[in-house]
Order: sequence, then C-alpha cells, then structure tokens
Amino acid sequence: MSNHSANDNTVLAAENVTKQVISPEGSLTILSDVSFSVNKGESVAIVGASGAGKSTLLALLAGLDLPTEGRIWLNGVNLNDLDEDGRADVRATSVGFVFQSFHLVPSLNALENVMLPLELSGRERPRQAASEILKQVGLADRWSHYPAQLSGGEKQRVAIARAFATEPAVLFADEPTGNLDSRTGDRVMDLMFELNKTSSTTLVLVTHDQALAARCEREIGLDAGRLVSDNKLIA
Amino acid sequence: MKALTYAIRGFGRELRTGEVLVLLAAVALAVAALTAVGFLTDRIGRGVARQANEVLAADLRLRSPDPVPGEWRDAALEYALQTAETQTFPSVVFAGDLSALATIKGVSDNYPLRGSVRVSDRLFGEQHVADGIPSRGEVWADGALMARLGLRVGDYVTVGESDLRVDAVLTYRPDQSIGFASLAPSLLVNLLDLPGTALINEGSRVGYALLVAGDESAIDEFYAAVEDELPQSVRVRNQEDSSQRATNAADRAQRFLSLTAVISLLLSAVAIAMSARRFAHRRMDTVALMKSLGARQRFVISVSCVQIVMLGVLGILIGSAVGYAVENGLTVILADLFASELPGASLRPVGLASGSALILLVGFALPSLIQLRNTPSLRVLRHDEMPPPPSRMFVAGTSLVAVALLLYLTIGDALMLVIVLGGMLVISAALYGVGRLLVSAMGRSRGGVGIAWRYGLANISRRGRDSAVQVVAFGLGLTVLLLLTFVRTDLLEGWQRTLDEDAPNHFVINIQSHERGSIAEIFQSGGIAAPRFVPLVRARMTEINGESIKTREYPEENGRWMANREQNLSWAESLSSSNEIIEGTWWPPDYDGEPLVSLEEEAAMELGVGLGDKLNFLAAGQEISLIVSSIRHVNWDSFQPNFFMVLSPGALDGFPTTFVASLKIEEQQNNVLLRLVRAHPSVSVIDLEVILEQVKGIIDKASLAVQVVFAFTIAAGVAVLFAAVQSTIDERRFESALLRALGVRRRTVLAGVLTEFAALGFAAGLLASAGASILAAVIAVQLFDLDYSFNPMLWVGGLAGGVVLVCVSGFVAVRGAINVPPIDVLRAA
Repeated sequence: MSNHSANDNTVLAAENVTKQVISPEGSLTILSDVSFSVNKGESVAIVGASGAGKSTLLALLAGLDLPTEGRIWLNGVNLNDLDEDGRADVRATSVGFVFQSFHLVPSLNALENVMLPLELSGRERPRQAASEILKQVGLADRWSHYPAQLSGGEKQRVAIARAFATEPAVLFADEPTGNLDSRTGDRVMDLMFELNKTSSTTLVLVTHDQALAARCEREIGLDAGRLVSDNKLIA
Repeated sequence: MKALTYAIRGFGRELRTGEVLVLLAAVALAVAALTAVGFLTDRIGRGVARQANEVLAADLRLRSPDPVPGEWRDAALEYALQTAETQTFPSVVFAGDLSALATIKGVSDNYPLRGSVRVSDRLFGEQHVADGIPSRGEVWADGALMARLGLRVGDYVTVGESDLRVDAVLTYRPDQSIGFASLAPSLLVNLLDLPGTALINEGSRVGYALLVAGDESAIDEFYAAVEDELPQSVRVRNQEDSSQRATNAADRAQRFLSLTAVISLLLSAVAIAMSARRFAHRRMDTVALMKSLGARQRFVISVSCVQIVMLGVLGILIGSAVGYAVENGLTVILADLFASELPGASLRPVGLASGSALILLVGFALPSLIQLRNTPSLRVLRHDEMPPPPSRMFVAGTSLVAVALLLYLTIGDALMLVIVLGGMLVISAALYGVGRLLVSAMGRSRGGVGIAWRYGLANISRRGRDSAVQVVAFGLGLTVLLLLTFVRTDLLEGWQRTLDEDAPNHFVINIQSHERGSIAEIFQSGGIAAPRFVPLVRARMTEINGESIKTREYPEENGRWMANREQNLSWAESLSSSNEIIEGTWWPPDYDGEPLVSLEEEAAMELGVGLGDKLNFLAAGQEISLIVSSIRHVNWDSFQPNFFMVLSPGALDGFPTTFVASLKIEEQQNNVLLRLVRAHPSVSVIDLEVILEQVKGIIDKASLAVQVVFAFTIAAGVAVLFAAVQSTIDERRFESALLRALGVRRRTVLAGVLTEFAALGFAAGLLASAGASILAAVIAVQLFDLDYSFNPMLWVGGLAGGVVLVCVSGFVAVRGAINVPPIDVLRAA
C-alpha cells in the first residue's frame, strides 16, 4: 500500500505540511509545519479563528491544492506524486465534499446533481443510486427541482446526498452550516452525522462553530497556521 | 461519451437562463449576414450564368454595322447549321400623342436559335414561351414601353412610317442585356416589316447580326471557313466569351458584398469573444466543483466544447433561416432590376456560412475555453482563485488565424487577403485608439456633473477597454449606414448641381446630312435656337503603329475593349468648351495637312498610345490613317456631344456621315419634338432626364439592398453591446442594489445607466459622422471629381442615431439588473 509510517487504519495524514503563497506584500506563510493523521471512520473538526488556515488545510488534505513543503497521504496515496488529473481520480473514488455555499450545478436538477459524482467515478446505474440516497435525505419528491427552486436547507441536503452518494472514504465539509439558520443547520448536521455513522465514512469538518465541533470525536485547533491543539472529545 | 451526455443534459437549461443568448445571437448574426449575401450572390450569379448561356440566342453570333451578306448565310447552311437574322436600332415610337424611345429588334424566322422568347397576353399577366416570332404587321412590346405609351394588347403603335398591332407583352428575350434591364425597352418586330418603317437609311445606327446554331464541330468548321473573309468591323462572339464576361461581373459583385458581410462577421467575432469570456467565467465555479468531485481536465473541457458546438449549430440553423428570409426580401427589392426571374437559391452559401461560423467560434471562443480548463479546483473553497489568463500571443494568434481563414474563404486571393487584413488591422487599431481617447475624455468630464451623470461616466471610464470596443463597433456600423443614406443622395445631388442650368437635356441622333436644314427650321419655328450639328462616322480601329489591335498588348484590360469597340469618329475645327488639351496642341482652324486625331486622356492611357503614334481605322470599307496630335481631358458631365476621338477637318470627307445635336428643351416645348420625329422618323430623340431618373432609380434600389446587408453591421454592433453589458451584469446588479440600499432612487440609477449609454452612443455617433464625412469627401473628390459640401444632417443623424440606438439597446440589456430587489442581490453576495 504505502510506506507511510502511520498504522494501517490511517486514511488521511499530513506530514510537516507548510503552505506559502506569493502576495503583493511578499511571501506569506498560511500553514506552518502541520502534522497529524486521521483514522478510518473518525470524525474530526478543524477549528480556529478566521484566517487561521482551516480552509487551506482542508484544500490540501483533499488534494485541491499542493503544499509548498511536506506531504499529504489520502487513502494510502501520496498526493504530492500526482498531477491534477491523478488527484481528481483520487477524489472521484475516495472523497466527498459539502461546502458552505452548497455548490450545486445550477443547470442540473437535484437528481442530476447527485448523479454527477456517481457518473464521474463510473458507477453503474447512477440514476437509481442517486434517487435512493435522495430518498434518504428526505428529498424524494424534489428530485426534479433545480437549485434555484430549492431552499438553503434543501440545497445543503442535496449536497450531502451528493457527497455520500459514492460512499467516499473521506468526507470533507467546509463550514456546512455557515449559510443556514441555526435550526436548519442543526437538522442538516443531524442528517450528516447519521449518514456518517451508517456509512462509516471518515468525516473532516472545518468550522468555527464550537457546538458543531463538539459533536465530532476529535478536535484539531489551528492558530496563525500552526497546529496548537489535538484533542479527543469522545472516548 | 459521459461528457456528451452531461453537456446535453445541461444545455437546455443553459438556454433557458438566457445567459448564452448573446453568444447564440452573435453566431446567428454572423451566419445570417453571410448566408443572406451568399444566397443573393449565388442566385444572381447563377441567374447571370444561365442568361449568359442564352445571351447570344445562338451558339455563334456575327455582328456587323453593315447588312449581313448572303454568302455568310449560305456558308452556314452548307455546314447544315441553323441561321436567323436580327437588326437592332433605337427609335422613337408613338401611340397617339405619347412617344418613347425603344430598342427596335427585327427578327427573322427561327429566332431565337437558343433560349426562348417569353410573352404574356396582358401587362403583368402570366408569361409563357412564345410560339415563333411576331407575325407580319404585329409586334411584341416590352411591358415598360407599353406602360410608357399607355398601350394595351390589340392597340397600334407607330414605328416610323408603319402602324403595327401590339400582339403580346414581351417579358423576356434571351439576348437582352445582362443584369440591369436595358434602358430603352424592346419592341420585337418581324424582320420583313422593317423596310416598311423607312427607319433604316444609310448611316443609321443599325446592328445587323447573323445567328448560327448547330453541331459544335460544324460551327467550328463554319467559323474557320468564313473567318478570313470577315471584314474587321464584324464582331464574332460565342457562348464561352459571353459567359466568361458575365461570370466575371457576378464574381466582382459577390466579392464586394461578401466584404461588406465580413464587417458584420468581424463585429460578431468581437461579440463572440466577449460572450465566450462571460460563458467561461460563469462556468468557472461549475468546473471547479466538477474537478473537486473528481472530474478530469479533459472531461470539463469536453463538456464546454460540446456545449459551445451545440450553441454554434443552433446559431447556424437560426442564422441560415434569417439569412434565407432576408435574401428573399432582397430579391423582391431587386426583382425588377433583373431582366428575368432569378433561379432558386442553392444550399452552398449555408455550407460556407456554417464553416465560417465554426471558424469564428474556434478562433474567438477557444482561448476562453482553454482558460476554463485551467480553473483551479481550489476555487470551490476560495472564490477569488482564478485560472491564469491565456497568453496574449495565443489570443491574438487564434483570432488572427481565424480572421485570415475567413477572409481567404471570402476573397480567395492571397495578395488581396494580405492587403485587406493589413488594412483592417491598421484601421481597427486607429479606431480603437480614437475610441480610447473619446472614452478617457468622457471620464475626465465627470467632475462637474450630478450623481447620475457621474455614475454613468464613471462606468464608461472604469471599463475603458470594453467601452472603446463598443464605441468602435457601433461607430463602424453607423458609418456604413450613414455613408449609404446621406452620402449617396449628397453625391447624386452634388453631381446634378454641377450640371449647367442650360445643359442640354435631349440628344437628337441619327440625323442624315440632308435633314439638317429642315430640323433646324423645326426647332427655330418652335422658339428653340438651331443646334450645332456634330458629325459622326462609325469606324473600327484596325492597327496601332502598324500592329494589329488583336495581337497588341494593352497596359489595361479595358484597352482591348477600347480598341475593339465600334468607334464614333467626329471632326471639329475648334475645341469644344467642355474639352481641355492636356498634351500636344490643337490644330489651327484652317488646318489642311495630314489627318490628325485628338484622343481623350483615358482612352489614350488604356490603349497605351501617346503623341505621334499612328492609328488606323476602317470606315465603310475604306482605310484611314491618323496621327495622334493631342490628348484631351473631357468633362463628360457637360452633356455636350463628346468623343474619345476627334479628327482634324477634312479627315472624314467622303465617308458616310450622320449628325448628332444636343438641345435644352423645356417641357412645354415637347410638341416640337413630336413634330421633329413625325417629320424625320429615322431620327432618334433621347431624353436625358428620363435616363437620369432611371439611373437614379437603379442606384436607389441597389443601395437599398446593400443597406440591408449593412443593417447586419448595426445588429452585430448591438450584439457587441449586449455581450459587453452581460460581462458586467453581476457587477451592475450589485452596484445598483448597493446604491438603492444606500437610498438612491431607482430612477436615478436608471438615469446613470442611460447617461452611460447615451455617452457611448454619442461617441460612436461622433466617430461614425466623422468617418462617413471623410469617406464621403474622399469618394466625391477622388472618384467623382466633385466638390464635397458639408452636410450637417449627416452629423445630426449620426449623433442622434448613435445615442438613440445605444440607449435603447443598452436599456434592454441592462434593465433586468436594475429591477432586481436590492435585498436579493446583497443577500446573495
């Protein structure tokens, strides 16, 4: 599988990850020497203040971007060794996403949005699988609606359905309740944790909402790009 | 395959959102402009070609200013060929008190040998193929002639000394002029009736023709047998010569119209590039999302490409339909300019236009699509992540290649392509520079104005580059429209102004020597001064400096025509007031030496002949040798009888001479003309004003047709504006919402937007008025030798047109963005 030092149960690992960007004011360090690993089925919240580097870390872990230094392992594959298409392949098979602003394709209806990752990863009978999972998130009767015709909560449920559709090894969620009112946010999170439990997917959640972070098994704290805490919340 | 399914799935929805409509419209416009022009020129071209095949009404035609000798006909019969004869000349014909100039065409049995004559039983009635030729005592008259004379089928028309019954309306004869209908309408007469009219005398301008048709090899043998016997004055034409000339003319028309379509095409290209940029920009989020979900680069680019191609195909379909409809309209406008019905359009232009549209799409949309491919997937988390912009070299390269390819398709000539392309680059750069200057001037003037104005002007200068492109796009469209609308009438009026009040308005031709006294008397008794009779001898040039005109090389292609045409030779003691010697000297009034000739400057240039050169002519079977003694500039607009070749006194003594006179005849003096033609039936009177009106009518219709083509340029300008507005629509929506949230009234926001468009329109109008004025001045001075007079209406029209056009289309494009409730926009941001 790999020569990574962590145990066989590791699904995600960051090894001395540093990210620098070039800005008009010169080179800017966003993440500095971050290392940790996540086990299969674990739920991890990455927390920190605005600008702490949470989203950057998520992007690196999911292979959306490459670190300036250090290495990332996702489902046993060293992302540094892959080109853009290679990382896309990894995502297609092993990664699901839930975003703060939902990111549904506006020209596709709810069912087609859920079908998208199934088709990209070459699954059989994508329509059936997608409609099954839409039923699970309680949107069976809204499948033909376009994103513009759905409420915020419904959009996020479609996004969750899409994220779980391929039964990914890791599900990344970036401030998933950021654009929802607290009641809707709570319901959406209930749904996500429930699906997480039943599908034994690893969940990596970026949030600044302490209550939401508290629902995870583990919390990694970032401050000014450095890893400052790593606590198990539930024994 | 997956990409295809996905692209098709999203396509309908894309269309419904309306965001791709500008791109679609730009493609459709380009295709419509090209197909309309393509259909039209294709039809005209094939119409001309079809007529060209019939144009001789024979396989071979021998035309001579003298009666056709019986031996030629006998020779043709020996080779088992069919023959027919025609005699053609202009004459005034009468019906009661009305008179009109007609082309009298006497035809023998068997006419036409190729093609067919079509007639109808009443004016504008259904036409059918005629059976044979008019019977003795009967004529077939052209509809225009019947209308002018108030004739109906069954009425009588006076031709010379005969009264002939109109048996049918002549709607088509194969050997009528190609393209624009002949100015003098035809009267088809049985050849055997011509002697009875007494219209044919010695020196009359009659064209005699022997038509021959039959087996191709027999024709060749016949021609070989008679070729050496034929006098120089006989002109021989076969199918090939005639179709070649006609096709060349059609080709030239096609190229000109295609070039005008190219302007709309290039503007559409700008709109395509702008809306493709928007298309790509809008897709960036989706592409980033798809990449984050595991889509490969090839997949995302394939999806976008398939959608663009689908858009292109849809645009091509719509554009072809519009082009076809417009062309049908144009055919109606032009219908009576063409002698016969035009054949149906072929599908070829659609192919050409579709190809061009795809080239445009690839050339102008590709850079944006390539950029789309490089969208970082990180954009799903960080919205300001952008793909690196495509390199300027790449953008310039693909669009330049696309334009060059398109021009090559339209022009088909490498050298001309380089010239046109170079010219376009220089003009575009210059226009763009002027556009930028105008835009920056507007931006600077916003200090002292109210909020709406400031907001509008600020928008223009903030989007400086796009604003300049819009000014240029609209400016170009307006320029050509102004040029056609105002300048055409200005030029015509300018030309008419140069005509002297007392300039002659009638020509009297075919006057025999002995008729001069009586004609002078008729005029004098009607209160008109006796005209000057100018002598005329018909001749053909045979040699230049001892070299046959057939083998000689000419500096210009027109030179061959000039040498071969039938020459009207005149002589004069003194130089006419409308002539000016520019080289050599005019002979003294009492000159009595060897025969000299004074050449008109352009004729001399085309023939490649100068002072001291020797020209040989054949007139009525006799040779004349002339030495060039001077070159003249002739003011043809003077409407005086003028000639390419004027000889010294005595040079034409003894040759059969007819005379020409020009007169100014007021309308109330027209009865004098009637008396003149009744007393001298073989004399023809040509009413210049009628001809002038006809020429004006033809120019009006032809330019109306061209104007329709140019209207596409304006439409393409509108597409550019829409594309530009759309590329800023999110920004505009947000700004409008923000301003309104801050307490600015909707009306004020609207006023600001209208200010922006009014200013853009003003700048475009300014550019267009200046451009059209400069072009008009150049055309007037360089091409027509006229003084250009400034027309304030052109500026009023240009500026008002620009402001109204841009304001209206801008308002339509932007109104949706202003009407959105502020809260929706601010919440979404």
